[in-house]
Amino acid sequence: MHIKKMRLGWLRQAYIKDWLIQAGVIVGLLLVLTYLVSMLSSNLQAKNIVSGFDFLTKPASFGIGEGVYDFEAGSPYWQAFAAGLANTLRVALLAIVLSAVLGLALGFGRLSKNILLRGLCISYVEIFRNIPLLLQFLAWYFLLTTLLPAEAWQFLGHCYLSKSGLSFPIPIGLSLTWDFPSRNPFNIAGGARLTPEFLTVLFGLTLYTAAYLAENIRAGLESVPHGQVEAGAALGLTHQQILRHILFPQALRVIIPPATNQFSGLIKSSSLAITVGYPDLVSIANTSLILTGHAAECIFLIIITYLLLSLLLSVIMNWLNRKFQIVER
Amino acid sequence: MRRNDCFFVSTNIFSTGFCSLRKIVRWMLVASMLTSMPVLAGKTLDGIKARGVISCGVSTGLAGFSAMDSKGEWHGLDVDICKALAAATLGDARKVKWVPLGSQQRFPALQSGEIDVLSHNTTWTLSRDASFGIHFTSIVYHDGQGFMVAKKTGISAVHQLSHADICVQSGTTSEKTLNDYFRAQKMKFRPVVFENFEASLKAFFSGRCQAYTTDASSLAAILQRETRNPGDYLVLAEVISKEPMSPAVRRGDDEWFAIVKWVVNALIVAEEEQLTQANLDTQKEHGNAVVQGLLGNADDIGKLLGLDRAWAYRAIQAVGNYGDIFERNLGSGSPLKLSRGANRLWTHGGLIYAPPIR
Repeated sequence: MHIKKMRLGWLRQAYIKDWLIQAGVIVGLLLVLTYLVSMLSSNLQAKNIVSGFDFLTKPASFGIGEGVYDFEAGSPYWQAFAAGLANTLRVALLAIVLSAVLGLALGFGRLSKNILLRGLCISYVEIFRNIPLLLQFLAWYFLLTTLLPAEAWQFLGHCYLSKSGLSFPIPIGLSLTWDFPSRNPFNIAGGARLTPEFLTVLFGLTLYTAAYLAENIRAGLESVPHGQVEAGAALGLTHQQILRHILFPQALRVIIPPATNQFSGLIKSSSLAITVGYPDLVSIANTSLILTGHAAECIFLIIITYLLLSLLLSVIMNWLNRKFQIVER
Repeated sequence: MRRNDCFFVSTNIFSTGFCSLRKIVRWMLVASMLTSMPVLAGKTLDGIKARGVISCGVSTGLAGFSAMDSKGEWHGLDVDICKALAAATLGDARKVKWVPLGSQQRFPALQSGEIDVLSHNTTWTLSRDASFGIHFTSIVYHDGQGFMVAKKTGISAVHQLSHADICVQSGTTSEKTLNDYFRAQKMKFRPVVFENFEASLKAFFSGRCQAYTTDASSLAAILQRETRNPGDYLVLAEVISKEPMSPAVRRGDDEWFAIVKWVVNALIVAEEEQLTQANLDTQKEHGNAVVQGLLGNADDIGKLLGLDRAWAYRAIQAVGNYGDIFERNLGSGSPLKLSRGANRLWTHGGLIYAPPIR
């Protein structure tokens, strides 16, 4: 059928129209946002509440119990936030890696022909998935603080396990000298230290997320048609080879998108760390909030940081996803 | 035709989108007007009278100051201040809506107008007074930050806490005071900061921290309520800060500020004049000039505050004088058994003092 070309006014061109509508919506959203922010600041002013982000450069009068680097009381607030963010990332990234490994093992276990192993994996998933994360945190914390020895237990030469956590030697910079932990009157000082708070958050996040990932991975593996496995076997591939070259690459397409959600959930759930005394971003922001009174600003910083972290994670996972998509020929 | 259809539909979407946007803006205007209403001067009391109830922000549970019993009734020194306010303004001490607030929510709740008065074991400091949009009214309890340690650690003084792990709850001045003090003393320590009260206590009692720090009165409450064997623990005698506890009101309503301030003062003057719930009626007729004035038998002082004649009479009738409140909630009549200490009347060597009511 011959389609007669019609000339339309520029406003009626579909792409211009769509573009205009989208631009209009964005401008409208920006206007609403500006209105909200100006209303907030004028309301704060009317109530004599000091606002603004100036406080970030002022010295923070609190110390932080643990961190990637030593935060000294008296350093500016923005450094305290950075230290908090570093603590959040430290525990979240480690938990992502560990939960992926554990989730993978559990996912395969769920499909095992061994009834005992399968049963164990199913019970694990059902238990850890169905107990609220906050309760798991508290349970782990109560367990850890109770079980750890009161009198520091020394092992492997310079490692210590005590109520204040696991301390071990760490090299100073790139030099060949080591910072050894040692006993002081109450506890262990020096060296690197994994506190009970850190371990609680790490265990809690890892075990909880792994339960979800396991289901996710099982679903991914089951999504690959059985014929593919049989075809692999017919070609004379070993079980390992089938797994590596046929089953897993195809399963990943199904696994990655929901895994993105679970990892993003993990990062956000790490904000529960404050309940068990781990100095993460939220904990630091909370302390800053109460010391400076800048509630709106501190909450804003928390929101924007988690938003950026989640977006960054999405970008990485989308890239991974594209890499594993089936390349159609 | 197709294109036209599409155009029609999309303009439609645009127009409904725009419409709902206008609606949103209108609703936001209404909402902002609603939330900024309580800021208008002098309106807090009118609002309370219209609602028939005082909105009182208290803690989520701190024995002796504000805590709920098994029957759902609130008790404590901070609670009694609100009851006295309700009696003075509304004529009935039961007309209080209790709003339990965490450390972080208490100031926003007051600023936003969710509560009329914050009676929350809150320390009066310059920065809070000057930059939070609130006014502290008058000191109802003089506290200080102290430390609790396990006796088996052998610690008996604060200076022995160098290099210790110290548990502290987040969102309080305790955290800041702790840091300031150790810095000033050039002592090192590691803070372990909890939001969850139970977790912080668990950490201390399991031995994770060598010391637990908060206000001395709270330490006494914890020792009484949370330990199986209070004898195993020790509250160090030293305190490292001044923690004057005061109710607070929103800025911008001087009349309400004056009412909260003077109801507390009336309770203190009542103790000075040895007015109790029992002798109130006889004293009203036969008391001295100060008492007659306080109880509204002479000049009508209540009118100056925007209240009626019997405002102080009803407040004292509802909760007793300051000393009665203290003994009932924190002192000999309570499980805490705290001594009056700095909270004795100024005439007995303490710091509790009220300007004259005349």
